[in-house]
Amino acid sequence: MNSRIIIINIIRWFLLLFVQIFLLKNMGFYDLSTPFIYVLFLLLLPFGMPNILLYLLAFGTGLTMDAFYDTMGVHATACVVLAFVRISFISISLNKDAIDDPEPSLSYMGFQWFSLYAFLCVLTHHLVLFFLETFRLTEIGYTLMRCGLSCIFTLLIILLVEFIFYKRTSR
Amino acid sequence: MRNLWIFISRYNAFFLFIIFFTIGVFLTVKNNAYQRSATLNSTNEIVGTAYERLNVFKRYMNLGMVNDSLAAENAKLKTQLLRVTTVDSAKNVTVIDTVTNQQYTYLPAKVVKNSVTLRNNVMTVNKGTVDGIETGMAVISPQKGVVGFIRDVSAHLATIQSLLHKDTKISVVIKKNNALGSLVWGDNNFDIRKAFIKEVPNHIKMNVGDTVVTSGLAKFPAGILVGKLSKTNVATNDNFLSAELNLFNDFSTLQYVYIVKDKLAKEQQTLENPVKPNE
Repeated sequence: MNSRIIIINIIRWFLLLFVQIFLLKNMGFYDLSTPFIYVLFLLLLPFGMPNILLYLLAFGTGLTMDAFYDTMGVHATACVVLAFVRISFISISLNKDAIDDPEPSLSYMGFQWFSLYAFLCVLTHHLVLFFLETFRLTEIGYTLMRCGLSCIFTLLIILLVEFIFYKRTSR
Repeated sequence: MRNLWIFISRYNAFFLFIIFFTIGVFLTVKNNAYQRSATLNSTNEIVGTAYERLNVFKRYMNLGMVNDSLAAENAKLKTQLLRVTTVDSAKNVTVIDTVTNQQYTYLPAKVVKNSVTLRNNVMTVNKGTVDGIETGMAVISPQKGVVGFIRDVSAHLATIQSLLHKDTKISVVIKKNNALGSLVWGDNNFDIRKAFIKEVPNHIKMNVGDTVVTSGLAKFPAGILVGKLSKTNVATNDNFLSAELNLFNDFSTLQYVYIVKDKLAKEQQTLENPVKPNE
């Protein structure tokens, strides 16, 4: 069971980063909306993980993205922020001892919880990402617009993917 | 200590977040050219402003030195300008001879003593024989106008017999029609802003407002602005016309002057007054 989760996550990591780097990197609407689907990997990591492992995975994933995007540290920082939001949100919204689901996916947690969870995580990730990328406050309007539109795009794709791989039997 | 460990382990998510976030930002700033330049720029801005405020006093103290250097630079530029404007087109232009093309050079000097209230006014400047000053050199003002001639020279100082002196006569022309005259001061006029142009031939028509410039016949370079005519046909008891003019130059506020070195002065002098061996 445990090794199966690990293998699934590894496959998911490769798949999402492959899609991100070779497909979505070339996508974008008027330089305003660019989806970052790879955060889904961090969203779907299993519940029982130690925080340090979560942070390391987030940082490593971010660094891998940075290597392909030539933006050293930007994605890594954004992913670390996302991990922090994920931990905080889960600890606030769920009772830690009563969690019997393996991972926070749409099929286990339901649409309402998952959409809010994904929205908060993606929003903070994108905020940090775009602000670190522009690194100035003078273009704040443009940055916020990019951030918001990209956030919508990413969320749409994440929900799409989650509905495609929806497991009806598990709930 | 144990409580501290418990505290840290309980909120490990936050502390780990701080650590990783710091590493991430550090990497971002260190490895990305733009972010690095942005942080350094803002730092420099703050530091620069602070230094700027601190240096106000220092700059004020240095004003004198800055003035000197600016005057020197001005003299250099004006010398260059002269070289451009005094190129003799009648000469063979294929040979560029800067030694003779440039007849005049300017040397800046600071006025250390000035007087305007006497009948015969003399001022002192801080340049002397060490700087190549000789008696009889022309002196002009940096802005506009003539000042006078060098009278006595010591090693580091020189006195200028200014225009406001009974013996000073400067050859000038009315710019409009090149009518020659001589510029004098005095003769019942002790206003330092006014002078007279005398010995203008009778047939010349002069109007109020005509510009008067140096003729270039004497020691001054040609075309240096002197003043504007303010009153024409001043009655005199000789057969020439006279006119009153307002000087461009304000003698009372002179701080810097340019001493004009004429390369051909000696040559001209020996040519015009040949030394007679029998005398």
